[in-house]
Amino acid sequence: MTYIPKPKIAHPSLPRNELGLTRRDYEGSLSTLCAGCGHDSITAAIIEASWGISLRPENLVKLSGIGCSSKTTAYFVGGAHGFNSVHGRMPSIAMGANAANRDLYYIGISGDGDSLSIGLGQFCHAIRRNLDMLYIIENNGVYGLTKGQFSASADIGTKAKKGEVNQQPPIDPVLLAMNLGAGFVARSFSGDKKQLVPLIQAGLEYPGFALIDVLSPCVTFNDHEGSTKSYQFTREHYEPVVEADFVPFQREISTDYGAGEAVPVMLHDGSRVVLRKLAEDYDPTDAHAAYDYVQQHIAKGEYLTGLLHCRPTTDTEFHALNRTPEQPLNQLPFGKLVPGAKALDKVLARYR
Amino acid sequence: MTVSRVNDFAIKIATVNGTGSASANTLLMKSIFRSGIPVMGKNYFPSNIQGLPTWYEIRVSKDGYVARSGKVDIMVCMNAETYARDVREVAPGGYLIYDSTWPRPALLKRDDVTVMGVPLARLCNENFKGVRTRILMKNICYAGVLAALLDLDLARIRELLAETYAKKPALVESNMQAIQLGYDYAKANFACPLPLRVERMDKTGGHIMIDGNTAAALGCVYAGATVAAWYPITPSTSLMDAFKSFADKLRVDPETGRANFAFIQAEDELAAIGMVLGANWNGARSFTATSGPGVSLMGEFLGLAYYAEVPAVLFDVQRVGPSTGMPTRTQQCDLMSAAYASHGDTKHVCLYPANPEECFYMAVQAFDLAERLQTPVMVMLDLDIGMNDWMCRDLKWDDSRQADRGKVLGREELEKIEKFHRYVDKDEDGIPYRTFPGVHPKGAYFTRGSGHTQFGTYTEDAVEYQIVLDRLVRKFATAKRLVPAPVFEGSGKAQAAIVSLGSCDGAIHEALDVIASRGVHLDYMRVRGFPFGEEVEKFLAEHEIIYVVEQNRDAQLKSLLTLETRVEKSKLRSLLHYSGLPVSSKFIVDGVLADLGEGRRAVTGVAS
Repeated sequence: MTYIPKPKIAHPSLPRNELGLTRRDYEGSLSTLCAGCGHDSITAAIIEASWGISLRPENLVKLSGIGCSSKTTAYFVGGAHGFNSVHGRMPSIAMGANAANRDLYYIGISGDGDSLSIGLGQFCHAIRRNLDMLYIIENNGVYGLTKGQFSASADIGTKAKKGEVNQQPPIDPVLLAMNLGAGFVARSFSGDKKQLVPLIQAGLEYPGFALIDVLSPCVTFNDHEGSTKSYQFTREHYEPVVEADFVPFQREISTDYGAGEAVPVMLHDGSRVVLRKLAEDYDPTDAHAAYDYVQQHIAKGEYLTGLLHCRPTTDTEFHALNRTPEQPLNQLPFGKLVPGAKALDKVLARYR
Repeated sequence: MTVSRVNDFAIKIATVNGTGSASANTLLMKSIFRSGIPVMGKNYFPSNIQGLPTWYEIRVSKDGYVARSGKVDIMVCMNAETYARDVREVAPGGYLIYDSTWPRPALLKRDDVTVMGVPLARLCNENFKGVRTRILMKNICYAGVLAALLDLDLARIRELLAETYAKKPALVESNMQAIQLGYDYAKANFACPLPLRVERMDKTGGHIMIDGNTAAALGCVYAGATVAAWYPITPSTSLMDAFKSFADKLRVDPETGRANFAFIQAEDELAAIGMVLGANWNGARSFTATSGPGVSLMGEFLGLAYYAEVPAVLFDVQRVGPSTGMPTRTQQCDLMSAAYASHGDTKHVCLYPANPEECFYMAVQAFDLAERLQTPVMVMLDLDIGMNDWMCRDLKWDDSRQADRGKVLGREELEKIEKFHRYVDKDEDGIPYRTFPGVHPKGAYFTRGSGHTQFGTYTEDAVEYQIVLDRLVRKFATAKRLVPAPVFEGSGKAQAAIVSLGSCDGAIHEALDVIASRGVHLDYMRVRGFPFGEEVEKFLAEHEIIYVVEQNRDAQLKSLLTLETRVEKSKLRSLLHYSGLPVSSKFIVDGVLADLGEGRRAVTGVAS
């Protein structure tokens, strides 16, 4: 893989957002993933979502670990700050960065190998800390860069390219996140940009840990007959149960939704996520009900998609619990941090 | 035969872990310190919460020696389990105090020590109620016995108790009652004071008694550190506890109640160092504290920080390895694993404080160095420095001091330049410029541990890759000039010299005096930073015989000197102490004199 910069040429007629930027301004370098890779569709959705909410590129921090998915942080929002760290450890880098500056947007891109095996611990603890970030798992059930080994999200009975059948139970990041108390848990499909874009926008604005598990087929190692993570299988078994519209702060709700089936969830800055239930017997704001509902459908071999669970968790967000100031810690002046010579003398009195 | 010495003796107290003996021992030590007499306390404790044997050694030294003396003049035996070995350890002419509630004549087979029985349990049972109180007071009671024997001032003891229990005055009275019980019994039954006793001096003014972990934590507060991330591990935990405690008092805005710091207990050491990198990368000063096993776990991230050039400060409070080793014992055994932590060609800046005073100043300096050099800086304490109380000079702070944030381009600088390149060596010192997210659109760049060009872009090109790797070598050369210089002692003209680091310093000072009294004068260099600078090279070149004193089995300092300087290997002779107890002066004296061929008779047994 080599670094391929994209020429920055924008047609004058391209639509511009509130910052006067075009979609081209939210692109990154050229992807070096395989042609047809689901991850590239997710990258496109992130570009669309960031442009749509007029995100200032320099206010976005993109973080990742190691693997095909983790490479994609270089392929969107080139004007953002990127940190491609080590395998499975992206959440800790995100935690430290967020502790230092609570004012920025944090998006972590990970994969099923990066998050559910080597990084399972850090993934879980980022949820426990209610770290304010959008965490996307680009989930394809295999290790791509090392040529097709099963990952921990591989379903029982799924077949590898060379014929081996997986017999170990999968770890489902959606159920796991709900179990650990995440307040924003979504599942989507790389092929459904219409569903994915508002989910990304809502996840970026959600004040707390937001997970989107995106089924993202691997065209090279996991797109064959017998695989439960192929394009065909996913299309046949995926069922949207909740549609989410993201409504930015102070913007009129133009989307048409029938009262009674729509549930608006307010975010901290006044923006909203409007959940539209497609399944009548489903309450996405109730964590226990959502967990049971999703689990029952998994048992039937169905992937429910959409914003499966959403509730406000502002009070448990990391900075709220730690009583840190509104002003980011990295911007506090030195003089405010150093107690000074007189205070030191007082401290020393205890040691005489 | 009895020994008579004023302000120059060692007391060892053998107790059971978890019985509250720490308060009694601190009380004794502080009352001696407040009498103006230099004193040192060392705690030899088990990896256990309650029940296993523990010892505390108090050395009273009019000359201000801070190391273990290597012998025991007064032994207080409060633990039946270790009684036999404790009795054996008393130096001839010394004293032994034991709880005579249960007489043990069979065990008292020493004709050369004075045995003094005090019915401590009986006294406490008669005067206090409740099992726990009786156990705790028994320990306070032996402090009363020692107060009478050593001629300590009871008023000073009361004053210390009043400070300790300012919020619980009832405890002052009950503790004082226990002190008095022991004191009165000793006065009535023994010839007080002993020939070994204290006499008021005025050598502790302008000094404090503090442990290195506490001093380092205070240094972090004064360095302006705002993000502390850690995973508990002995013996570093008290550093983080102290930081939290100081920050809760000194860093909480009195008006808003907001905490101007974040304190994060991580899920493991890997996450702890990851958080430290994330925070430093984002412009907040951040640190962690750990011990050897933690450094091993942090290796991968330390390599990333080295290569991606992210500042980080790590305190390694070294304990005994290999593996889990002995967590509550001391060694200097991570010198190599810290200096070269992580795979690939990596090297790290290390600082070696010798005492709590240096822990404070080096903590502050570590943050400046980490940001100036954009790399991890490891401050190498050990359990002896970190957890024992040392007498050291008052810590000073200059209110005009500012933080050195290194080469950071802010909004205005970025506005002026055409394009920002993260890893270009503009100043030819190997140190590039960095930016923080959210400051300016031109400041954006991509941080990665994979191969990158000097412009921050991904590469697998040999030439582009090597440009960055070679610049990192130049940066490390710059570090040689920035780390703390060595400390030199002696005439500088001696043929033989000692080279050492860290907590060996106290024992070496005393050893140099003893060796000089035998007519042998040595030069001494204490290295305080890695990589080694030109002064280190010069000293090594100018001496023919160099004793490298260190507290590990494999001569790790000697290895570093051999690898990283031009010194001729055959000149270096190792004196290695790795029992887990702090090195004593006697070990060094014996080792040097034996090697110089003068003191064969002095080497009489196992190194203590």
